[in-house]
Amino acid sequence: MTAMDTTPDTTAAKARPARPPRFQMLRRTLGTPKGIAGLALLGIVVAMAALAPILFPMGPWAMVGRPYTWPGDGPALLGTDVLGRDMTAAMFWGAQISLLVGLVSASVSLVIGIAVGACAGYFGGRTDAVLMRFTDAVQTVPSFLFTIVIVAVASPTIHSIVLAISLVSWPAVARLMRAEVLSVKKREFVQSCRIIGMTDLRIITTQVIPNALSPVIVIASVLVATAIITEAGLAFLGLGDPNVMSWGTMINLGRPAIRTAWYIALIPGGFVILTVLALNLLGDAINDAFNPHLRKR
Amino acid sequence: MGHYLRNRLLQAVVVILIIIVGNFILLNAVPGDLVDVLAGRGGDMDADLMASLRARFGLDDPLPIRLLDYIRNVLTGNLGYSWPHSQPVLDVVLQRLPATTLLVILSVITSVFIGTLTGVFAARKAHKLTDVILSMVVLVCYATPIFLTALALMLIFSVQLGWFPLSGLTTAGAEEGILATAADMGRHLVLPVVSLSLFYVAIYARLSRASMLQVLTQDYVRTARAKGVSERGVILGHALRNALLPVITMAGLQITELFGGAVLTETIFGLPGVGRLAYDAVFARNFPLLLGILIVCSFIIVIVNLLVDLLYMKLDPRVELTK
Amino acid sequence: MTLSTPICASADPVSHPAPILTVSDLRIETTGPQPAALLESVSFDIRPGETLALVGESGAGKSLSALAILGLLPPDAMRVAAGQIHLGRTDLATLSARQMRAVRGGRVAMIFQDPLGCLNPVLTVGRQITEALRLHKGLRGAAARARAVELLELVRIPEPRKRLDEYPHRLSGGMRQRVMIAIALAGEPELLLADEPTTALDVTISTQIITLLRQLQADIGLSILMITHDLPAVRMIADRVAVMYSGRIVETGIADAVFAAPRHPYTQGLLSARPRGAIAAGAAPLTEIPGAVPQPNERPSGCTFRPRCPRASALCAQERPAMPPATSGSKAACHHAGTSTDHARAF
Repeated sequence: MTAMDTTPDTTAAKARPARPPRFQMLRRTLGTPKGIAGLALLGIVVAMAALAPILFPMGPWAMVGRPYTWPGDGPALLGTDVLGRDMTAAMFWGAQISLLVGLVSASVSLVIGIAVGACAGYFGGRTDAVLMRFTDAVQTVPSFLFTIVIVAVASPTIHSIVLAISLVSWPAVARLMRAEVLSVKKREFVQSCRIIGMTDLRIITTQVIPNALSPVIVIASVLVATAIITEAGLAFLGLGDPNVMSWGTMINLGRPAIRTAWYIALIPGGFVILTVLALNLLGDAINDAFNPHLRKR
Repeated sequence: MGHYLRNRLLQAVVVILIIIVGNFILLNAVPGDLVDVLAGRGGDMDADLMASLRARFGLDDPLPIRLLDYIRNVLTGNLGYSWPHSQPVLDVVLQRLPATTLLVILSVITSVFIGTLTGVFAARKAHKLTDVILSMVVLVCYATPIFLTALALMLIFSVQLGWFPLSGLTTAGAEEGILATAADMGRHLVLPVVSLSLFYVAIYARLSRASMLQVLTQDYVRTARAKGVSERGVILGHALRNALLPVITMAGLQITELFGGAVLTETIFGLPGVGRLAYDAVFARNFPLLLGILIVCSFIIVIVNLLVDLLYMKLDPRVELTK
Repeated sequence: MTLSTPICASADPVSHPAPILTVSDLRIETTGPQPAALLESVSFDIRPGETLALVGESGAGKSLSALAILGLLPPDAMRVAAGQIHLGRTDLATLSARQMRAVRGGRVAMIFQDPLGCLNPVLTVGRQITEALRLHKGLRGAAARARAVELLELVRIPEPRKRLDEYPHRLSGGMRQRVMIAIALAGEPELLLADEPTTALDVTISTQIITLLRQLQADIGLSILMITHDLPAVRMIADRVAVMYSGRIVETGIADAVFAAPRHPYTQGLLSARPRGAIAAGAAPLTEIPGAVPQPNERPSGCTFRPRCPRASALCAQERPAMPPATSGSKAACHHAGTSTDHARAF
């Protein structure tokens, strides 16, 4: 009621709840043992990715010695693979691919999920029904099988792999976003934006989405981890990009040799676990920071 | 409740229709059609014959007509023909379903049981040393992709120690008889089931620990204690039932994830399930079969989801109010 | 180990039967490296058929007293540091875990503030009543069900047979509290601890519940420890009143006497902070006690009410006022105790 005689911007600003100070949030997240451990482990992987071109300028495909050299037996720190390529170089370059696939797929599914969820939640009614049944359908199809089908149909390249992973993993984001938007849109500041005649698009992008984002950020780490695991699984099946050396590619190469040279498959496996563990720890820490009441007890 | 159920069924039907349409789009995105496949198998085939075959199979009809045909076919169980198997797709998939179903059921039972037990135990010891150590183990299991667990287990227990067979569901030429066959299958299934369970054990342990801790702070737990219920009775009779509700939801999710999600495990252990079938179909570029598997698995998932909802409604009397 | 002796100072053994509950010098502390006292030197008793109201603002330690009686303080956060609780002649601290469970819901039952949260959402009303019957009366099956119906009738729930198979969320707030009372009565307790039983309810429903408690008291001779800040409810039901402030009892006496002539400045503030009856013409204007209850670890020296007290003097900062020996009416732990007419300017 009082909104009528004040200027639009101040009304919206006044009614909007104070956001938690970002800096403090960050400190709470990273101050916990889980946060520190997660960040340290992730730091190792990021450093590997960054140092790959400097330490191994010849790339992951260069052959450096006799095949099947066990770690410690030759100049290559982590041994050589079935064709005599340096496993260490493969691991460093593979870190790049895993992080890239993880980050890009997670971002794309976040964008799709946020858009679908926000529209479904904000407009409600028929829009909601249509969008949510579509979401249900994507969520119903077995996701790994669906990824395989998309990659197989489109032929395996790093782009089709990222796209396939994104296309199967957005529904969880959409559901979460929708639930959050449903509660946000009832709050006063959104109502007052409506009263002063803001367009729906502007309300969604400037008011609803920013205020509904926190729980979605929490699952971002899960999305990245899932994407990394899925890429490794695809490459392990032989559905990786043949021009890209990823950890999964190396696991796939090592599989026929698992009886004699199991290190070829298990070393890259260890890096996948390390990265996922780092992301999960970080995810837990962020989650605890966003829901402080769940932390103790 | 009837209203809720009707709504839920209607939603399921819509979801199935959307999936069928999506499959149709994918099938049409595949380069080459049935006639190309036939032409490829039969050596060279002249263009006139190919055109007449296309007309006979209705492949040159306009897209909407072909879509309607496709929907009708799928709903009547006609998922196409798998040339490499010389059998209808549905038959091929159905032959592989029992192995996968067995694997999924055993894995769900194992992981729900062990995971929940671990979680409840950890919750009872919350923030003590036992809990911290358990949490760390659980965290590592939670970070390990299923196919890596499978590889590692195979390496240790089949290759190195020789305790379990390397691959397959049965030993060729093994003893006859129901008991002997069951024992043989059991030995073949141990490693695949453990592989598929470890990750989910971690999930259930995390879930039930958090849920138990939350439930134990509820007022009705205090009421139960004030009634004179023993600690055991409080946990088993009052807290556990409430704490298990999210576990039920997760179990439904696990079943739906493993149908068609066990591709890697079935491939590693050479089990004759639908996942292994999908793997073979990918490399044979047998798309009708691949999409047939996708549809059958989706159908199963829709049904499982409905059943889980019904079960949940039975276990949590409050659900009817939320819808 | 030692046989308990009645501690209640005001007990007149001829006209009053022995108390069924005696709490003496109870002290509850937080656990941890720097324990803070949540409850200090709390003493009170309840005689058969009597209702004692523990009154005070939230955070005064009223509920803790009740939880301590049942041994239900959260074990990782609080402990009884000193004092005894006697049920009849039994020192509750000497009981084994099993014996203590027999007391809970048996000789002493408890009802709580939020009847929805306090009932298990996934169990039927019947199941929750018969559980108590099984534990304390050994009743099972049809016998337990029949008794459960009687209990629901006792708490005046219509169509009791039908209600047995319903889940708590289907009942109204008042019905739920009646169910809670039925569960509490299942073990045929001597003492009912009622922790804010009316706070979550509408005024009319709250009155019905208080009326029900009074009827039950008349019917089955129940003693009640009523914990509340709902003063109208206290007026309706209490025989005696104990006023608590920041972990201590500051005034205690016969309910009528305390209401008619409160002696502690805190009690006076509490009473004048409530409208008396309807909005009658000439009703005293509402006053508020300035300030807030101090946190347990921030309690001031001397009298803890001192910072908020209009009568505070230098003495109050130095010496914590003790509870005087028995008088017939009411007594207050205050250096400047007196009725408000004695101190006309108070509040």
